[in-house]
Amino acid sequence: MHPRPPAPRGPRRRTLLRGLAGAGTLAALPALAGCSTRDPNTVTLVSNRANDAQRTAVRDSVDLFEAGSDHRVEINTIDATSFQESINNYLQGTPDDVIGWFAGYRTRFFAERGLISDVSAVWEGLEGAFTDQVRDLCTAPDGRQYMVPDSTAPWAVFHRRSLFEENGYEVPATRAEFVELCERMRRDGLEPLASGVREGWPAMGMFDHLNLRINGPEYHLELLDGAHSWDSPEVRSVFGAWAELLPHHQPDPLGRGINEAQTALVRREAGMMLCGMFLTHVFPEGEDLDDLDCFPFPEFDPEIGADAMEAPVDGFMASAAPRNPEGAHALLAHFGTLEAEELYTAVDPQALPARVDADISGLSPLKAKVKDMVDNAGALTQYMDRDSRPDFASIVMIPALQRFLSRPDDIADLTATIQRQKLSIFGQ
Amino acid sequence: MTATTLPAARRRRIRPARAALHTFLVITALAWFFPVLWAVINSFRDYDYTTVHGYLSLGGFTLDNYVNAWDQGRMPVYFLNSLVITVPAVLLTLFLSSCAAFVLSNYSRRFNLVMLAVFLAANLLPPQALLVPLFRLYTSIRLPYWISESGSLYDSHMGIVLIHVAFQIGFCTFVLSNFMKAMPSSLLEAARVDGASVFQQYWKVVLPLCRPSLAALATLLVTWIYNDFFWALALLSSGDKMPITTALQNLQVSFFVDYNLLSAGSVIVALPTLIVFFLLQRHFVAGLTLGASKG
Amino acid sequence: MASPGTAAAPPAAPPPPEPRPRRPRTALRHDRADRISLALMLGVPALLVLGLVWIPAAVTVVLSFTRWDGIGGLDTIEWVGTQNYVDAATIYPPFEPALRNNLVWLLALFTVPTLLGMFLAVLLDRELRGGRIYQSVFYLPVVLSLALIGFIWQLVYSSDQGLLNAFLALFSNAPAVDWFGDPDINLYAVLVAAGWRHTGYIMLLYLAGLKAVDPSLREAAAIDGAGPVRTFTSVVFPALLPINLVVVVVTVIDGLRAFDIVWIINRGRNGLELISALVTSNVIGEASRVGFGSALAVVMLAISLVFITIYVSTVLRGAQR
Repeated sequence: MHPRPPAPRGPRRRTLLRGLAGAGTLAALPALAGCSTRDPNTVTLVSNRANDAQRTAVRDSVDLFEAGSDHRVEINTIDATSFQESINNYLQGTPDDVIGWFAGYRTRFFAERGLISDVSAVWEGLEGAFTDQVRDLCTAPDGRQYMVPDSTAPWAVFHRRSLFEENGYEVPATRAEFVELCERMRRDGLEPLASGVREGWPAMGMFDHLNLRINGPEYHLELLDGAHSWDSPEVRSVFGAWAELLPHHQPDPLGRGINEAQTALVRREAGMMLCGMFLTHVFPEGEDLDDLDCFPFPEFDPEIGADAMEAPVDGFMASAAPRNPEGAHALLAHFGTLEAEELYTAVDPQALPARVDADISGLSPLKAKVKDMVDNAGALTQYMDRDSRPDFASIVMIPALQRFLSRPDDIADLTATIQRQKLSIFGQ
Repeated sequence: MTATTLPAARRRRIRPARAALHTFLVITALAWFFPVLWAVINSFRDYDYTTVHGYLSLGGFTLDNYVNAWDQGRMPVYFLNSLVITVPAVLLTLFLSSCAAFVLSNYSRRFNLVMLAVFLAANLLPPQALLVPLFRLYTSIRLPYWISESGSLYDSHMGIVLIHVAFQIGFCTFVLSNFMKAMPSSLLEAARVDGASVFQQYWKVVLPLCRPSLAALATLLVTWIYNDFFWALALLSSGDKMPITTALQNLQVSFFVDYNLLSAGSVIVALPTLIVFFLLQRHFVAGLTLGASKG
Repeated sequence: MASPGTAAAPPAAPPPPEPRPRRPRTALRHDRADRISLALMLGVPALLVLGLVWIPAAVTVVLSFTRWDGIGGLDTIEWVGTQNYVDAATIYPPFEPALRNNLVWLLALFTVPTLLGMFLAVLLDRELRGGRIYQSVFYLPVVLSLALIGFIWQLVYSSDQGLLNAFLALFSNAPAVDWFGDPDINLYAVLVAAGWRHTGYIMLLYLAGLKAVDPSLREAAAIDGAGPVRTFTSVVFPALLPINLVVVVVTVIDGLRAFDIVWIINRGRNGLELISALVTSNVIGEASRVGFGSALAVVMLAISLVFITIYVSTVLRGAQR
């Protein structure tokens, strides 16, 4: 009597069911997929260098290693941000033998907890190859080394040379010149400073640089190490200076990924960008990349100067109990050699060799310039999330900096909030 | 009463209302379909062209994005991982939950309610609430290297399969036990008289009759497990073991800001579920609404 | 359906039409082999559910009273009582926005997608030319993962290259809207995407429910001269009560478990804080604040358990009748 179609009936298809018979045995399928007999000469390497050029560079370097060794290397590449988010669990699980990672606090943190192993033996063959500072960055409080550094990707203010030439812009050396240049760029219809911080961590760069210029590198490192209060006039003055620069930044940075901000520089929509050398990955090779230039973040206080620089060092660590310890150390030693570092840094556009004796004659003009800045720097820092406890940097500082960017006017409350959380994380 | 059974006079009067109804539905449906359509359109466009002309333009059509997304995104690896996780997880869930439902609906009157409550509630818990202990458990269960490359349940496909099974058993057991309870009991009695063992009663008598429900559940499970993002994020660490849904966040990095490439990648990732959707729509709908149509 | 199984909540089973004679469920002559099979058939699934779901959940509650970085042996665990809960409520700025956002998420899902889904179901619950096509379009998003939906909507929302801003720029010179970055609006932008998916799901549930409504009731109402609106409010809606319960629970659970989409967009920060994302970033990130993250997880667990209990007891009561 009613026109309504009947209630949905149970489906009749038998095909789906056929496979069910083997359900029990099929449970073993994932196991079969990973089934491979491991060669005792295999060394496994996890690499967080996931850009195309970086993959090639790691591959090349590993090929060089394999050519002169009995060991075979299995490379497992994972994108840097994802790896950062899982490394804690990863190291406690069943990590690969050799692990690409960052020097400084973040290596020390794992060394102190026994999640990575001592590689001082490898360092014995590397005497004199690195500066004392780089050595310290790879050394835990127990005086032993836990990382073999291979490259660094320093931070600077990047710009297109041609854009500066066309508009007659001069490289600014002081705060006044910097602000004046920003204003001029705005009059010329450019966004003076490209800015994209959707990922959170890119916001730290501006804080670091302002703190380095206003309060000096020593204070900066102590602050990040938990030695000073965050609810202080010093910290507030950093946020104050930042607030004054905000109008010169690309608007709405919180919705923009750092890659999108870099693209604004490529497309000549933005005039400058404070960024790490990894910016080079976005610039198409050839004309565009050759046009890229940079200068140090300008001076804010003549007494402090402008020679402190962020130069995060990357390198490789050995897991707590490598399945192939001998191979792991051999591979680490390889990454520390002059040959490997020169090979790697020639391919990866963001990387400068960490060794002091690297031949820089073959470097691109941009790399040579940055290398020169690093060599003459008064102090080198790593980056906020490498100079401080990772939980503080990610759980406290990222939301705090994002809050500052959306509401730059209540600095006093902001610094008080940071300080309360800092006490809870660092302990009293 | 609906229009179809009404006399012609009344039907004519209703026509304007019908027109309004269709207009409303067409507009809403178009709006609904638009985001997917937009991704599909962009996936066929050249990045340089849209950069210059903007997205509100026409032209610059190409297939390159698909080729690039497939290669640069290393899709074959991720698809294989999804397959290797989804198929065993679905089959194992159906097998174990039908076993449990069989016992609960036929034998264990006393535990029936308690067990069903325990199973069903587990299915609804927020996954984040189990994360830390589960992680410790997974890392501490050592497996021989020939089973898991990582040497433990952590960072192994088997671990992901197991957690999916544990989570989905609840729902499937509930649906299947409802279904089995509605079966005439004479069937089993006949089998018992013939001397069939408990397992034979389950395997030869009950299970074949459950086919419709199993098919519907299988369709749902395939979609859910394929779409899982969280467990692989939390319990896998090797980039090359990620299933495709979780690998999406790596793709974001390798695709940079090329939104056309991103669109092509999204379409490729959506394809398996869309195929399930178009081919097995009936099962999917039946699965979602199983409890309503089956007593 | 934030993650597999959320949607799992099936509509409450209506009672079977006629009471069946109770069949003997205890088998009298089970031999040993049969008893072993029975034990295995129930025991293995039960073990998995208890071992991988319930026991970890209980351990999370215990861990929430500790301070532990999750590294090193269990002896490095330090008992801190309720300190984590106090810290979460007092000095952890994202906590309050997360609670608020979860609540907004819930309310938003309850209003627009639920009502729209119900409305669409009522419209489509009849013989209609192209009815199946409409239905398909509306529930197509249901098969997509929320992570993928986050991706697809990015094409619409991106501030520099997105469709929406390109479109708005045609009509006004106002500055571009920062859909994903502005903490005052990004939650709503994301909710549009989440609601896009939820609507189809709700529609499906109500469609199934409507099909189960006894048609003679409607005919009776029509004979009494009731219009379509009155028929719906006085006859159909009351008959949908079991479905309404399912919709409430599904929406609450979905609202609490929402995670993938905000994680893909910005890791659940800056306006997109959700408790699930806070737990995740505290626990699996490099931060590894296990005790603190567990305390946040317990908050989630407690809220969901309230609704799960209501739901499970109602559904099982229905199933037992």
